[in-house]
Amino acid sequence: MRMQSTKIKAENLNLFYGDKQALRNINLVIPAYKVTALIGPSGCGKSTFIRTLNRMNDLIDNVRIEGSVVIDGTDIYKKGIDVVELRKKIGMIFQKSNPFPKSIYDNVAYGPRINGLRDKKVLDQIVEQSLRHAAIWDEVKDDLKKSGLALSGGQQQRLCIARALAVQPEILLMDEPASALDPIATAKIEELIYELKENYTIVIVTHNMQQAARVSDFTAFFYLGEIIEYDETKRIFTTPKEKRTEDYVTGRFG
Amino acid sequence: MNRKIFGASFVLASAASAAVIVAVILIFMITIMIGGWDHLTWEFITAAPEEGMTAGGIFPAIVGTVLLVLLMSLAGVPIGTITAVYLSEYANRNSIFTKMIRFAVNTLAGVPAIVFGLFGVGFFIQFVGGGMDSFLSGTGEVHWRQGNILWASLTMALLTLPVVIVSVEEALRSVPGDYREGSLALGATKFQTIVKIVLPNAYTGILTGTILAVGRGAGEVAPILFTGAAYYLPHLPSSLSDQFMQLGYHLYIMATQSPDVEATLSIQYATAFVLLVLTFLLNFAAIILRSRLRARAR
Repeated sequence: MRMQSTKIKAENLNLFYGDKQALRNINLVIPAYKVTALIGPSGCGKSTFIRTLNRMNDLIDNVRIEGSVVIDGTDIYKKGIDVVELRKKIGMIFQKSNPFPKSIYDNVAYGPRINGLRDKKVLDQIVEQSLRHAAIWDEVKDDLKKSGLALSGGQQQRLCIARALAVQPEILLMDEPASALDPIATAKIEELIYELKENYTIVIVTHNMQQAARVSDFTAFFYLGEIIEYDETKRIFTTPKEKRTEDYVTGRFG
Repeated sequence: MNRKIFGASFVLASAASAAVIVAVILIFMITIMIGGWDHLTWEFITAAPEEGMTAGGIFPAIVGTVLLVLLMSLAGVPIGTITAVYLSEYANRNSIFTKMIRFAVNTLAGVPAIVFGLFGVGFFIQFVGGGMDSFLSGTGEVHWRQGNILWASLTMALLTLPVVIVSVEEALRSVPGDYREGSLALGATKFQTIVKIVLPNAYTGILTGTILAVGRGAGEVAPILFTGAAYYLPHLPSSLSDQFMQLGYHLYIMATQSPDVEATLSIQYATAFVLLVLTFLLNFAAIILRSRLRARAR
């Protein structure tokens, strides 16, 4: 498999919830400026894995992690890592869109503001730019004061993407970003992902095989906490090496 | 057939129980209103008591009650809110320390009001007030080693603290975890997340806690019995070191200490009515404020 420059590298990663092991010896190299899809049946560990990449699992009690996740050459689990700084570099889009109960403008400006940005002009610029990049500007430009919660599901999710972009991250983690959306809204998100990968490294968890096939360059198949197979997406979907991968992508189980 | 009869009679029984409660409140209100009708005049709520409480009004007691409740909220709500933030956002739920705090809060909620009153005397008046007096000795005429509205409010704040803590904590827990994660994922610190996302979404709960505390505080007499409530004052309290009159206490002394209890009977009814209405109004104001905030948050 030909690799471009490496953005994220997980090495011998094990994760335990209490006594239960959720990730088993994960080794994965995620290239920069590509879309990497994580697929697999429910409970296979793909969401758990994506949350190790920005240390969201820190928020859960009783989680123990072994091994390392190296981003841009730095192990994010080594002592002395500033998790807050780390998360600024890594945007996250959640399965359930979660705009804050604030106006559209304030949602997008939230990230820059907590970083101390007060200049109204600069904020205006960032908000517009982020909303444009998230392909929602034309729909909301006339009522930026409207509550983010008043938008439709698909718009909310794109607003969340805009909110993440406003912090100028390098990586975007998307945890089933379209699973609650209708086909039209889903198509818009997928189109957006395709555009965003020019500037961002994207990792996306998805349940939807077609979606993985459409948007991703690389695909990792997770099963029972392990990576069964990892390869270029077109290989995973046409000539997988593992029987289990083939069974899953062709819908024979899952 | 039997099952249907059981079902129907249960509906009847539960409706009857609910009706009993409504009936009790109605009888209560009507009795009080009829008893005090002659005194429910504008003058009654704007004038001071006269002739050994057998005439005049209850204005100083109304003012005292409102001031007491306000000062109490000012002291108790911030402390209760910060405690709730600690319990809900920072504390490890299973640590011994957290369990100790919870145990303390629950115990505090179960301590009889009169014990709070005695604690207020021992701690605020004797210890803090006494300490202040010896520290400030000779500098002024104010004496802190005696009951006043400040010590009474603080004692009352302690009494209502558990109510505030429990309702605010509940409100904080009802803020969706999605919001917290969303904020943290954007690189916000935990403190920023609490101040900018969690607390603004829990305002209504903080107000609910305040409402409950006010409702409780306005009606309690025991905590202020020894900590600052006055039998009779010719003037309104003008500083924190002044004593004050309070409706519940006024009612108590009219009923037990007055030279002519019979003569004050109608005034007692009227005072009780005003106390109930005042509590209701304070609650109502807080509820209005809450629904306004809620509407603005949407």
